[in-house]
Amino acid sequence: MIAGLFRFKGGIKPDTHKNASAGSPIQIAPLPKQLIVPLRQSPRATAECIVVPGQKVLKGERIGLPDSPLSTAVHAPTSGTVVEITPHAMAHASGLQTRCVVIEPDGDERWTDRPTLDFESAKPKEALAWLRDHGIVGLGGATFPSHIKAGVDGGIETLILNGAECEPWITCDDRLMRERADGIVAGALILKHLTGAREIVFGVEDNKPQAIEALRTAIHGLSGDITVIPVPSLYPAGGEKQLIRVLTGVEIPHGKLGGDFGVQCFNVGTAYAVNRAINHGEPLVSRVMTVTGNVEKPGNFEVLIGTPVEALLALGQPKPDTGRILMGGPMMGFELPRLDVPATKATNCLIATSPALFPPPPPEMNCIRCGACAAACPAELQPFELYWFSRARNFGKAQEYHLFDCIECGCCSYVCPSQIRLVDYYRFAKGEIWAREREKSAADAARERFEFRNERQAREKREKAEKLAAKAAATKAKLAATAADAPAAASTDTPAGPDDAKRALIAAALERAKAQKAAVEPKNTDALTPEQAAQVAEADARRAAQAAPDTAADAPESN
Amino acid sequence: MLTSPFVRKPTSVQQVMFTVLVALLPAVALYVWQFGPGIVVNIIIATVSAVGAEAAILKLRKKPVGLYVSDLSAVVTAWLIALTFPTILPAWILILATVLSIVAVKQLYGGLGQNPFNPAMAAYCLMIVAYPSAMSQWPAAGWMDLSTHLQLIGGASLDAMTGATPLDALRTGLRSGAPVSDVLTHDAFGILGGRGWEWIGLGYLAGGLFLIQRRVITWHLPTAFLGGLIIVSGLFWMANPAHYASPLFHLASGGTLLAAFFIVTDPVSGATTPRGKLIFAASIALITYLIRNFGAYPDGIAFAVLLMNLCVPLIDMKTQPRVFGHKGD
Repeated sequence: MIAGLFRFKGGIKPDTHKNASAGSPIQIAPLPKQLIVPLRQSPRATAECIVVPGQKVLKGERIGLPDSPLSTAVHAPTSGTVVEITPHAMAHASGLQTRCVVIEPDGDERWTDRPTLDFESAKPKEALAWLRDHGIVGLGGATFPSHIKAGVDGGIETLILNGAECEPWITCDDRLMRERADGIVAGALILKHLTGAREIVFGVEDNKPQAIEALRTAIHGLSGDITVIPVPSLYPAGGEKQLIRVLTGVEIPHGKLGGDFGVQCFNVGTAYAVNRAINHGEPLVSRVMTVTGNVEKPGNFEVLIGTPVEALLALGQPKPDTGRILMGGPMMGFELPRLDVPATKATNCLIATSPALFPPPPPEMNCIRCGACAAACPAELQPFELYWFSRARNFGKAQEYHLFDCIECGCCSYVCPSQIRLVDYYRFAKGEIWAREREKSAADAARERFEFRNERQAREKREKAEKLAAKAAATKAKLAATAADAPAAASTDTPAGPDDAKRALIAAALERAKAQKAAVEPKNTDALTPEQAAQVAEADARRAAQAAPDTAADAPESN
Repeated sequence: MLTSPFVRKPTSVQQVMFTVLVALLPAVALYVWQFGPGIVVNIIIATVSAVGAEAAILKLRKKPVGLYVSDLSAVVTAWLIALTFPTILPAWILILATVLSIVAVKQLYGGLGQNPFNPAMAAYCLMIVAYPSAMSQWPAAGWMDLSTHLQLIGGASLDAMTGATPLDALRTGLRSGAPVSDVLTHDAFGILGGRGWEWIGLGYLAGGLFLIQRRVITWHLPTAFLGGLIIVSGLFWMANPAHYASPLFHLASGGTLLAAFFIVTDPVSGATTPRGKLIFAASIALITYLIRNFGAYPDGIAFAVLLMNLCVPLIDMKTQPRVFGHKGD
């Protein structure tokens, strides 16, 4: 049982704007003309396509197979016909393309077979595979495959259900908790069973009293340790590490997962999807999304995965002065470069902007080191120091000051009186560091290949020489055998005499060359420190790589 | 295309600086009440010189003049210079000091946020070294009317109008061998510290508390500075009360309260980490006390601040706080 709440440092309290859409119940979004279903439903893996154009599919029928440990299955969101399988722009700030299955709905919404799973008697492995095959990923935004998170082998004490929803404007989790608390709790119980957790804790920001009430009603009468805890409304309380900190006091460092500390955290929407998959046999083909901002009718909609953003946005009826469209919240979301992209499992919100609601950023001024960013940083970093280092391209120092502990929550940019877009500098620095690391590993691979090639060539040369020597010896033996009648002394002395003299001459010349070389060689390479030696080796490798263009050209392919 | 976050707090450098100016108003009002309207004249002169110098050099540096002049940082520097300098000093010295602080101490290092030294304190040190006698002419306690003030800053020499500052009087008195209790009967002293000055100090205290409440400054710097001064002066005072003034006297004298809330709290030239702030401010207090008692100048805050400005990069580097999740490292 949790005695009291903990705090995380920093955090901000932006205007929540949640009232705009919090009052509107979840509506089922109408079927769009076309569904564009990306085969890549998490940043880690793309599913293998198993349908062909022209094929009829049923709602919930698998169209993509998981083909790697981090991959999950992809399903047809409705019944209809596969029109084409083509690269299509994805919902990402870059507008990059990804492979998508385009389905034309037939309007019947005919489900495929939906067998359910008795998770209590099923083997854990079977249940996890079930989640994977039903396309269950984290719906909080990161779309991390749930079967990996739930598949930790014991050691989980606390299962946290994240209903904090701390980003402004978004209300989809709020509505889900208010309207479908029973399903969320059922999913939580499944996850508890799978992780072997001892207790379940729901963390919900205290600005959602109705959601808290609904969850409390849903857990009423349930046996076992299960509680609903209102947490202070302070962005980013819904960040996984922040919520774990608030509820359990545990601080999870960068690069570690909750599982390492006996805590596992799932979004409430994920729990609901788990329940649908296990108890109802429904794969994850839809999710609740908020459409809000500069629209006439802000609301929450249950939307099929693959619905184009423009169709979804139209449901809210954007006002005429609408400008950019944001996907996700205003703190960590991104601007959509185009509107024909499909909604994905990560899409929780669409915000129509207007100059009044989202005024253009004022010009950036110099940092005055006021420390407002440090006071707001939930990772307890010194953001302005990271800003100086990133700006100066002093990436080593930036890493030393824990650049990679930055969660890009945006609190520092939000509070900066000099209007510095701090997070952009961190993104830049992280990108540069990653690029350098990639380059370095490519260079390492090239060097290894080059060394291997040298070694192989030397070996081949040696083997060839040995072969030749053996051959020569054989010939010599043969000759010796044929000349067996010649006098023994002459046959041994004659070849040995000049050979020895030659060898001595060569040895003397080598000795002289060595001495000369030693005299010429600069002194400072005599006593190298290991770092210097490594640098020299690196330089040699670079030179070698340049000298051998065929090996260097191989390098990029090694990634 | 923009990137997240798409919302920002309605705040600006201008707003921060404006809050500092507002926080200085109680002290300015008390200054006028105790010493007459002269300080307002000086504030106006310094402000005009600072803004003019700032605009001119921004133009030379091809920076957006309007954007940076309107941030009010030059105005804050000007006010602090006017408040720390003797009011009856010739106006041209005040103008020179202001222009130097903006041009040489601030803009030549890169402008807003880039100066390693506190501009007001650097100007103070430059002037006290260059014009030591003018910089030690303080008005005698009591009201001075506008025309006398204008004559004085115009360069007229009116000896009758000047007086010793409390710290000066204490130093001279103690050098002559008199015990502290006798020295404090001098008419430069009031209830706690210098006559008139102690009221202005209360104004700085009020303004400083307002700044803490508005989160423009944190408690660390004023607390460490005042605490450090109390501790070090307390130790000397307890050891020999006849020869050393009490901590209360040091708090109420010189620029102590002004420095505590408006000088050592300058974020640009000061330490920024919580532990660093404590070290920075306590060190300034220690150096200030040593200069006041054993140095050549009656008040040593300006020199102490500059010395510690030099140490800021080191202090910050060595006092980086532990980050989230790395507490056990």
